[in-house]
Amino acid sequence: MATTTMTRNRRGRDRFAGPVVMGFLYVFLTIFALASAFPFYYMLVTATYRTVDILRIPPPIWFGSALMQNYNQLLEQGSLPYFWTSVYNSVAIASVHTVAVLFFCSLAGYGFAKFRFPGRDGMFTFLLATLMVPGALGLIPSFIVMRALHWIETWYPLIVPGMANAFGIFWMRQYIESAIPNEMMDAARIDGAKEFRIFWAIILPVIAPALGALAILTFMGKWNEFQFPLLILKDQMTYTLPVALSTLRSLRGTEIGVQILGSSIAIVPILTVFVSASRQFMSGLTAGAVK
Amino acid sequence: MATTTFTVAEQKAQDRRTRRKEAKRNVWAYVFVAPFFFLYSIFGLFPLVYGVWLSFHQWDGISPMKWVGFLNYIKLFTVDDVWWQAIYNTVWLFVGATIPQLLIALILAFIINSGYIRFKDFFRAAYFMPFVASAVAVGILFSSLFGLQYGMFNFFLSFFGIDKIDWLGSALWLKPSIVLVTVWQWTGYSMIIFLAGLQSINPELYEAARVDGADTNDVFWKITMPLMRPVILFQVVTSIIGAMQNFDIPVMLAGGTQSSAPGGTDHAGLTAMMQLYWSAFKYNTGSKSGFGYASAMSFILFFMIVTFSYLYNRANGRNLTED
Repeated sequence: MATTTMTRNRRGRDRFAGPVVMGFLYVFLTIFALASAFPFYYMLVTATYRTVDILRIPPPIWFGSALMQNYNQLLEQGSLPYFWTSVYNSVAIASVHTVAVLFFCSLAGYGFAKFRFPGRDGMFTFLLATLMVPGALGLIPSFIVMRALHWIETWYPLIVPGMANAFGIFWMRQYIESAIPNEMMDAARIDGAKEFRIFWAIILPVIAPALGALAILTFMGKWNEFQFPLLILKDQMTYTLPVALSTLRSLRGTEIGVQILGSSIAIVPILTVFVSASRQFMSGLTAGAVK
Repeated sequence: MATTTFTVAEQKAQDRRTRRKEAKRNVWAYVFVAPFFFLYSIFGLFPLVYGVWLSFHQWDGISPMKWVGFLNYIKLFTVDDVWWQAIYNTVWLFVGATIPQLLIALILAFIINSGYIRFKDFFRAAYFMPFVASAVAVGILFSSLFGLQYGMFNFFLSFFGIDKIDWLGSALWLKPSIVLVTVWQWTGYSMIIFLAGLQSINPELYEAARVDGADTNDVFWKITMPLMRPVILFQVVTSIIGAMQNFDIPVMLAGGTQSSAPGGTDHAGLTAMMQLYWSAFKYNTGSKSGFGYASAMSFILFFMIVTFSYLYNRANGRNLTED
């Protein structure tokens, strides 16, 4: 093509030099960026309207004035009187789970990265293999296990099983292997430090960046989790936010603006964290996909 | 000061002491990695094995279990039309969502990686935003966007003279609607993975190809694509695993959690995981229901995942040798 003469940039990569093509690429990228962002904008706008004002042509595209009205109704909606209780439950479950994950996964990651114990490689291969086992297929027996432990209606089923999980351990091991020189532990050992103390006082502070990425991913996953909480939690006082939202939606006659305001409360905090820490977020996600 | 010359005996004693120390240390390593194996055997491995056992029983979860052999599987394979419709829907949604998702993600990743695009971080973050949103909240949001009379999508289409589409109400459009939301939510994630893959390719390879006189086409098909194969494979396999367990978005768009007939009009949005869930936990009193029956469903799904992953792997491998 005449407009796409090939040139080379500093890094030796190719680019299409023609301004027409570059313009086209930017338009293409922008269209997809808008498509990604638009539903969030629509969410914030719709949360400020009553249903009668949402259901009209043209639909509202700028903020309305019914935010407080929707908010008050969200708090007293039908048989779901405790919206903030569900938010509290979600925050508590996700926080406790995340702290436990950080502890157990970094501990095991350290074990796999810095000790040469018999059976290590086989155990690690097994651990990686479990990543490929689709967990939700054990849904029914998991439910039976939880019932046998008398854990139905409690938060334990949401907090305990994933505390030491394969992804987290894999992620921490990769990081610890490359970030911690063996001399660091040897020096501490010569000084007479105990093994757990070395982990707690020397290793943990150094691996803070990896812990940060794992914390964000873990918290997000737990905050958004739906199927298992739906199965385990039957008492409305124990609902997590997604379960409460799905119940809110199934109640007849719930105002659309109220539902969407509730959804914003589920989405906005996690989106804020993502925007402020997107780099750690993405580095954590690509672990395992690319060597 | 200690002497620096050791006798053979002293050297051996020294080695033994080091080994003993390491063996003592390794006890700690076992303690450190133990929680995973302990938790996984109770909450991961045991449920899977127990599920196989359950699938040969009839059990409502309360009364005694009754051994029925292959009866659950026979029923599923011969008389349960709804189950096969759910499987059909699941595969439909997998193919319908994964192909555009990976294709768009690959194109976006190539463009962003191509060198001269500015605001890379901005675009990356923008594409990725949908991934962090709760599927339940996203379902509520899109239910409103998909509205028949007053939804934003139909309003937008009206500018192009397109008649109102009954996105969520008609059996014809329910699956495409679910696909649309799935692609919206997951393309950014795939894009990030592809981008990381592209960035891990050594630039010297491009340099060398250039020196040998390769053009863009050659570089793309002979260097970029072969090196991206493992990343694409990873994406496809994780998509298969995810898609066979597809639940959150279809539940929110097709039928509420309280619904007695899930999956929308004519079960058009009923996925296998939804049917499994309802069979085990909602229809407990019916004759064809129960934990055993639903466990049999689990293992049909499990074998589908293994089979699809294997077939894709094989097809991919064959292409590799033909090139």
